[in-house]
Amino acid sequence: MRLRIIGAIWKKQWKDTLKNKAVFIQFIMLPALGVFMKHMVSVEGLPPNYFITMFAAMYVGMAPMVSMASILAEEKEKHTLRMLLMSNVKAGEYLFGVGAYVFLLCMAGAAVFAFAGGYTGAGLAQFLGAMAAGVAASLLIGAAIGTWSRNEMAANSLTVPLMLVCSFLPMLSMFNEKIASAARFVYSCQVQTMLKTAGAEGIDPFGAAVVAVNILCAIVIFRFVYRRSRLD
Amino acid sequence: MSGKAACIRAENISMSFGKKEVLQSVSLNIAEGEIFGLLGPSGAGKTSLLKILTGQLRQTGGRAFLFGLDTEGLPRDAYENIGLVLDNTGLYERLSCYDNLLLFAEIYGTGREKIMEALRRTGLAEAKKRPVSRLSKGMRQRLALARAILHEPGLLILDEPTAGLDPSTAAEIHALIREERERGAAVLLTTHNMEEATKLCGHVALLHLGNIVEYGSPAEVCRRYNHLNAICLTLKDGESITVENTPLSAKVVADYLQSGQIESIHSTEPNLETVFMELTGRGFAS
Repeated sequence: MRLRIIGAIWKKQWKDTLKNKAVFIQFIMLPALGVFMKHMVSVEGLPPNYFITMFAAMYVGMAPMVSMASILAEEKEKHTLRMLLMSNVKAGEYLFGVGAYVFLLCMAGAAVFAFAGGYTGAGLAQFLGAMAAGVAASLLIGAAIGTWSRNEMAANSLTVPLMLVCSFLPMLSMFNEKIASAARFVYSCQVQTMLKTAGAEGIDPFGAAVVAVNILCAIVIFRFVYRRSRLD
Repeated sequence: MSGKAACIRAENISMSFGKKEVLQSVSLNIAEGEIFGLLGPSGAGKTSLLKILTGQLRQTGGRAFLFGLDTEGLPRDAYENIGLVLDNTGLYERLSCYDNLLLFAEIYGTGREKIMEALRRTGLAEAKKRPVSRLSKGMRQRLALARAILHEPGLLILDEPTAGLDPSTAAEIHALIREERERGAAVLLTTHNMEEATKLCGHVALLHLGNIVEYGSPAEVCRRYNHLNAICLTLKDGESITVENTPLSAKVVADYLQSGQIESIHSTEPNLETVFMELTGRGFAS
């Protein structure tokens, strides 16, 4: 890994994100909505960070997956990735550069949620830790989709249903017990539970195990797709 | 062939996609400081050959070498000595011309002053802040060329660099290609345009259905197919007279010249397109 190359990819990606509304909105929409709902909507009986944890869990399931898949698929479709790879950029350097960039932007969004939720100390660590684990899982799924797809349209056809499942399942499981019993094996639902208990209780070992297994599965899928794609 | 070191050497390259053979025992040699034209209609196998020579595609037979390195398992740093303009320009649409070049300048580790130099040489200095999405086709092509020459590579591979461009933009690109040759770079270009190949290339290979059907300098190739070996006189009244290109015809030509009736004199040498048609029974446009 050459830092010079990764730095160049970050710089390019940052400039591109600012001009790419479809990707840019992924990073700011849900944090902005969470902050807005937290301060503007008050419903009696709801926990104080109800909207923060709900939108943060949706964010985990949506932003990293959609943006990573979209960036990779667009680079393949427009042949810009081919030009990078033929300029002595290694596929690993490119994927690490874009992945780390998306991860950091998503964590900036996570920090907005944490700040709006008023988390401090161990609660803040748990909140950010849960967000980081969820973002990592989504990121790997997005990277697998982006690497697999030939173009953005193909990527969207996979990303949209998966994103809907991952981002809306935590919310739907609150209203339906049957959904909840199945959803507890999905990382985004366990991330939401961890966010809800941040600052109050420790991390449930079952929840941590589910997230770890989900990340592991995402790594296996990504490695399989990466090898088949022969980007190197 | 010149005595200079070979930038590209291909030995009996064959390539098949399933049962379809797209290249059959293709051999060529491109020396440093040479402009080499790979000519042929769509589907002749030009792009497949370029992909094999740049290590993007693995041939089914034969060997190819880039700067002496086998293209199968080409080390990545070999790409730092190649400038590419491929069939698709691969530019970042939302980024400006400058930012597109900045990315590659940082990857190659070249100074930022090279970016402005490349923009100036390609006539894009005034458009440096303009996003690629707002560039004309000719400007995009020039930007792709600016990216290719940014790090002063030893080899330029240009896939139809002037396709679809107006004559003045094409002429600017030709001038730039010649400048690169003067610098010592080897240039491999593919084109449909026979006039372009004749003007630019030191050597050409005519590719047809995966075979090199003719190889040599454009003048040599045309001379080889000059079956008529005649001189054509066009008179002011529109009449054309063809005389054999022998010493005996000198008096006939001199008489016409003295009489002041001659509008133009030209040889009957075929051009590359005529040669290609003779060899394959089809034109480049088909």
